[in-house]
Amino acid sequence: MADIFALAGENLISPMVLFFALGFAAALARSDLSFPEAAAKTLSLYLLFAIGFKGGAGVAEHGLDLGLAMTLLAGAVLSALIPLIAFAGLRVISRLSLVDAAAVAAHYGSISIVTFVAATSALTSLGMDYEGYMVAVAAIMETPAILVALWLARSAIAERPKTEAGDSLLREIALNGSIVMLVGAFAIGWITGPAGLADISGLITDPFKGVLCLFLLDMGLVAGRGMRTGARHLQLPVIVFGLVMPLVGGTLGGLTGALIGLSPGGIALLATLSASASYIAVPAAMRVALPEANPSIYLTLSLGVTFPFNLVIGIPLYIALANALTGG
Amino acid sequence: MQTFPKKRVEIIVEAPVLNRVLRFLQDHEVSGYTVMPALAGSGDSGRMWSREGMVGEAGRMVTILMIIDEARLEPLFDQLYAMVSRQIGVIAISDCTVVRDERF
Repeated sequence: MADIFALAGENLISPMVLFFALGFAAALARSDLSFPEAAAKTLSLYLLFAIGFKGGAGVAEHGLDLGLAMTLLAGAVLSALIPLIAFAGLRVISRLSLVDAAAVAAHYGSISIVTFVAATSALTSLGMDYEGYMVAVAAIMETPAILVALWLARSAIAERPKTEAGDSLLREIALNGSIVMLVGAFAIGWITGPAGLADISGLITDPFKGVLCLFLLDMGLVAGRGMRTGARHLQLPVIVFGLVMPLVGGTLGGLTGALIGLSPGGIALLATLSASASYIAVPAAMRVALPEANPSIYLTLSLGVTFPFNLVIGIPLYIALANALTGG
Repeated sequence: MQTFPKKRVEIIVEAPVLNRVLRFLQDHEVSGYTVMPALAGSGDSGRMWSREGMVGEAGRMVTILMIIDEARLEPLFDQLYAMVSRQIGVIAISDCTVVRDERF
């Protein structure tokens, strides 16, 4: 227990969390601090590029094993299962409509790549290794949750006239820019291996944490603005859901990681992925596939409630869970 | 100077469905449109949004400004409207005049 508090304490005063807190507070105080859209996008692409490339180089160095296939499968199953739990929980504790509950559930089954990046950074600071292919697991966990949510909301969809909407949705999700960058950088890192990593480590290793701090400052601004303008759309039970669901998903992910024999770092990352909620890919997919769902609910909940919770409290908890499950 | 009457169609729609609308216009060989990002605004919720406060495409709005001959617009409009009718946004049609008739 003392370890958990020590870990949480260290995390709380890490530059990442403090910059996020600065952005969040600045937005709540209505500061005019802001990042130009193009700069924020560049920072995000840099992080995906760096984490993808390093993951691929890690796989090239350590080789492939059965663990990759099992972890990919586990990630896909978790991404499909978690929305079902989230949907059932929301329908019991809140008065959200079927469509709103399905849309929120999709966000919790899918993942937040920034939370994943923050968790890898925390693991690196603690000297904990993790399987490089966890990057590929992150990519595969984006989509199943969306399909499950559409199935959950099938009665609402069935009432609509047939349009192009459903036909190209999967293609748009699969070719989402973040996924292409992450998977593409992973593949290039895998092909070029440690030698490729050594060639560009000056760009992707040393500045990584500084860039992550800047990006989290921007995320803090966005989350704070979202909370300021969208909090009135959230009922108390929905906010409670946004704090409890990550713990449910994180525990499921952690137990699954231990069951398939991941390292403590890998378990912590699978727990983090399962606990995180999407706020980039899934909201855009929901606006196309389930436009009847209220974006103020799912965006504010995932970005304003669950993302800060995971960043500040969740990540240390998932690392502690991984250590406890492996006797570390 | 001789001018010709046309229809000016402004579609303000959510960014995630932009590609879908553009594909529709391309498939129907419609030209004479321009896409512009919307910076900020307020709809019927009364809440102001700003492009800088968004982390992804969801919540961002774009404007498609199109000038088209009325005879071409009529058969397309219902399909176009069906595509965006459930989304957040506005479609406004007004009269305008152009100099180069053959372009629209």
